Amino acid sequence: MAYSDKVLDHYENPRNVGSLDKNDPNVGTGMVGAPACGDVMKLQIKVNDAGVIEDAKFKTYGCGSAIASSSLVTEWLKGKTLDQAQEIKNSAIAEELALPPVKIHCSVLAEDAIKSAIADLKSKQGH
Amino acid sequence: MVAGNPLPFKPDQGTAMPLLHAGFLEYMQNYFALFQLPQQFELDLTQLDSQYRKLQAEVHPDKFVSASPAERMHSMQMATLANEAYQTLKHPTARARYLLQLQGITTDEENNTAMPADFLMAQMEWREAIDDAKYSKDIAALDTLLKDMRAQATTLQQQVATEIETAPTLAALTVRKLRFIDKVSEDVNQLIAQLED
Repeated sequence: MAYSDKVLDHYENPRNVGSLDKNDPNVGTGMVGAPACGDVMKLQIKVNDAGVIEDAKFKTYGCGSAIASSSLVTEWLKGKTLDQAQEIKNSAIAEELALPPVKIHCSVLAEDAIKSAIADLKSKQGH
Repeated sequence: MVAGNPLPFKPDQGTAMPLLHAGFLEYMQNYFALFQLPQQFELDLTQLDSQYRKLQAEVHPDKFVSASPAERMHSMQMATLANEAYQTLKHPTARARYLLQLQGITTDEENNTAMPADFLMAQMEWREAIDDAKYSKDIAALDTLLKDMRAQATTLQQQVATEIETAPTLAALTVRKLRFIDKVSEDVNQLIAQLED
């Protein structure tokens, strides 16, 4: 299957790979997995005192589309408030990366990872 | 014919089975009933094998070469059904999924991505160890990983056997975990085969 140029770009030069300190009270860690294809995605966000995401990191085991989806969302997340981040939809990810229908679930995984990271952060901060 | 026989086939006779038997649909809807096995996760594989062979022998299309087109069609359908039922019951993950399905519970393996973080961390560590072993062509390390995976699958299978009876929602999560481990084990097996070539 042919990957789009954008997928290849993120796959070959993934942005923001790595980890943030999961014990930092300003860091939210989201982990999700896709049983059917075996993909695992870890996404971390760090907010500043104004509640704006100032850093995002990811680590993904999976196919090119899963890696590209998580790499792309780390770029999108920076500078967003949690409410804005919550609004990121898998369809926007799929559209930006021109994912074929069989790879839509990779963008769903990325959306779920964002929601999981936000939920973790909110539970840490007592919201 | 053989109206009183509850089975879709006559186990000990070589004659044509009652393909249009009234209970046929019921058997199609329950693979355990089809093989006369108790509907539970614990399964005697030897018994499953022998029931499957018995049924396949009864319904094999070769036996219906000179039968009517309708009978030939039905023997083909029964043979397909028996095969599908056998594959489902034989594999532990598929068997657990099927038992839940009979209770009306879907395991949602395609869409549910929420899993405990420690489970996913362990998956990631396995994947990293596989990559390392692949890079250094270390088949022994892959064999060790495969053993770990089998051990964890066995633990989860024991867990799911109870959960299916007592906590079906938890059982669905355990099936998703098993699916994960099936996939990673399959990948390791493929890698070992590649390296051994």
